Amino acid sequence: MHKVLNLKAALLSLLLFAVFLAVWQVATMSSGVSASQAGLSAEQIEYQKMLGKDPGQVKSAGFPTPAEMGATAWKHLSNPFYDNGPNDKGIAIQLAWSLGRVGLGFLLACLVAVPLGFVIGMSPLLQKAFDPFIQVLKPISPLAWMPLALYTIKDSSVSGIFVIFICSVWPMLLNTAFGVASVKREWLNVASTLEVKPLRRAFRVILPAAAPTILTGMRISMGIAWLVIVAAEMLVGGTGIGYFVWNEWNNLSLTNVIFAILVIGVVGMLLDLAFAGLQKKVTYVE
Amino acid sequence: MSRLPEACDPYDADRPLVMRCACGRDHAPGEHVGAIEDSNAKLEASLMKALFPVDSVRRNFLRAVGANTARAAILSVLPLGALQAMAQEKGPIEKKDLKIGFIPITCATPLIMAHPLGFYQKQGLNVEVVKTAGWALIRDKMLNKEYDATHFLSPMPLAISMGAGSNAVPMNVATIQNTNGQAITLANKHKDKRDPKMWKGFKFAVPFEYSMHNFLLRYYVAESGLNPDTDIQIRVVPPPEMVANLRAGNIDGYLGPDPFNQRAVFEEIGFLHLLTKDLWAGHPCCAFGTSTEFIQKNPNTFAAMYRAVLTASAMARDPKNRELIAKVIAPAQYLNQPETVLTQVLTGRFADGLGNIKTVPDRADFDPIPWQSMAVWMLTQMKRWGYVKGEVDYKQIAEKVFLLTDAKKHMKELGQTPPEGAYPKFTVMGKVFDPAKPDDYVKSFAINKMA
Repeated sequence: MHKVLNLKAALLSLLLFAVFLAVWQVATMSSGVSASQAGLSAEQIEYQKMLGKDPGQVKSAGFPTPAEMGATAWKHLSNPFYDNGPNDKGIAIQLAWSLGRVGLGFLLACLVAVPLGFVIGMSPLLQKAFDPFIQVLKPISPLAWMPLALYTIKDSSVSGIFVIFICSVWPMLLNTAFGVASVKREWLNVASTLEVKPLRRAFRVILPAAAPTILTGMRISMGIAWLVIVAAEMLVGGTGIGYFVWNEWNNLSLTNVIFAILVIGVVGMLLDLAFAGLQKKVTYVE
Repeated sequence: MSRLPEACDPYDADRPLVMRCACGRDHAPGEHVGAIEDSNAKLEASLMKALFPVDSVRRNFLRAVGANTARAAILSVLPLGALQAMAQEKGPIEKKDLKIGFIPITCATPLIMAHPLGFYQKQGLNVEVVKTAGWALIRDKMLNKEYDATHFLSPMPLAISMGAGSNAVPMNVATIQNTNGQAITLANKHKDKRDPKMWKGFKFAVPFEYSMHNFLLRYYVAESGLNPDTDIQIRVVPPPEMVANLRAGNIDGYLGPDPFNQRAVFEEIGFLHLLTKDLWAGHPCCAFGTSTEFIQKNPNTFAAMYRAVLTASAMARDPKNRELIAKVIAPAQYLNQPETVLTQVLTGRFADGLGNIKTVPDRADFDPIPWQSMAVWMLTQMKRWGYVKGEVDYKQIAEKVFLLTDAKKHMKELGQTPPEGAYPKFTVMGKVFDPAKPDDYVKSFAINKMA
């Protein structure tokens, strides 16, 4: 029964995709027709050429057809590691830069948020004391930090990492604190009855109990970090998938922008799947 | 120590030591492809040639002792270091690996093309030209020293040096990058509104507050009786985003840098209302510059950059090179634009978006002279529109920021003939500007924003 349902769902997905492609093809087909050259003076023909409308050559601007899209995707994917200097690199190199920045910022955020969240979660006093700061800092758009970061850190790539750090730290901090605070009292009571030392209690009782909540926080953080890195890289430029989007936007090359959007989506999904897997591992049934 | 390509490695026992290129011209074979210009390696090669005039003797010697032993032996007996220092008559480069920022517009043509054409390399520099997302970022990256030198809007170094819109950090203009080459582009729906008096309520974009674009647009609409601060809206939009905004209808037009004016025509969303050369023929636009601190710390590096960029400017000025230049700067790592757009901008034979082909050979030019009178004009406009307040010592700032004497000196070194003078007068929209009387000039405008 379960298998049949999966199969049906897959078939339906495929069908939806096919319909989507068909609609796309129909919607973009008419724009490819180039104007007829007959009856135009030499000057008019030159004028048309200046607008990029050579006879026999379809102007690439405008919304691409699925076929053009496929060709562009193939072009990028078949040569993902080329490096034409600092302003033009292959898609894999750009992705590696973005992932590197996200990874580093995220790791730093983990190092700060998890221990701090632990402390806050265990002490109701600290929880109350920290609360106003967290409530004010949490809703700030990470990109709003960018000018300040550029000014104080004086390095644009470190500023990018800082922005990732600042956006991923809050969900993790809050979730860790919440997870730690809501560990069952009975378990803690059992631990104190058995005279478990504080450090051992933290690692053997509280951490496993709060792990699913902490992982949820991390998963949310990673999602946000991946959203933010694209915007941050569009802002500071240089390298990364966000820079790629910006550079192709300059050229008004929608095909490349759409390709980048797809890549960003796929990578984001993979990151999310990875955290979902981790989450499954630490989940327990009471 | 870096080595020449194989063809002329003086320590290769299996090849003849060729000091001249196979093409017969008087340069080493490695330079023929423009690959490596390395005076040290060349010096070593000439040394080997001098020690072993007969090539077979050199080869036998190398086979007998091995290349590395031979190299060590020769380096130990000869004061190669001192010789090398003497050979570089221009003084050693303090910093070889440099980052130069640019915005992807044709204004930066000389400093961009100097990269693919190897002009930096020829001066012994290893330069990366780095595409940047906007002018505020250029300013920030110069202030935090990520860039060693950069493409500026020419009023920017004045503003930064005075602390307008940032901390006051002394900056310098080494050369002007380009003259003319900007335009007012309007959306196609405004084809019948060619008189600026009809522009009340329009939204315009300029690349940055401290830009010739902003000053010229303000000047132009003010001459028609509109107050640019109250009658129209002027927004700062990075040049690459102007076309997208025009298409989306966010703005009615812009006074922006090419290729984005021509690109709007190419995309059939806008037309060229006028070229800025019709407002002020020969006006400066962008500049090549760096911080005063960098120049003081790295005078020889700065001189080498100066020579590279001036060489490029001289080449860019020649109309017969323009089509080639369009090809060179069109690829994705530089401007990332269709070649035909760049060709139209640079050759001055272009579609105006209204169905006509126009031929204006001086649509864009690349006169590098940083005239101090131009700096004074920019300061008068900054004063006029309230970007700087109080007394302005026009001449002192202009002379401190615009390195006219240096530019002339380096042009002479390169065999170019710089023009005389420092404060030529010029005419903006029919009104003569006298750099000796900047205050009178500022006061002569009825529309202004001086408190």
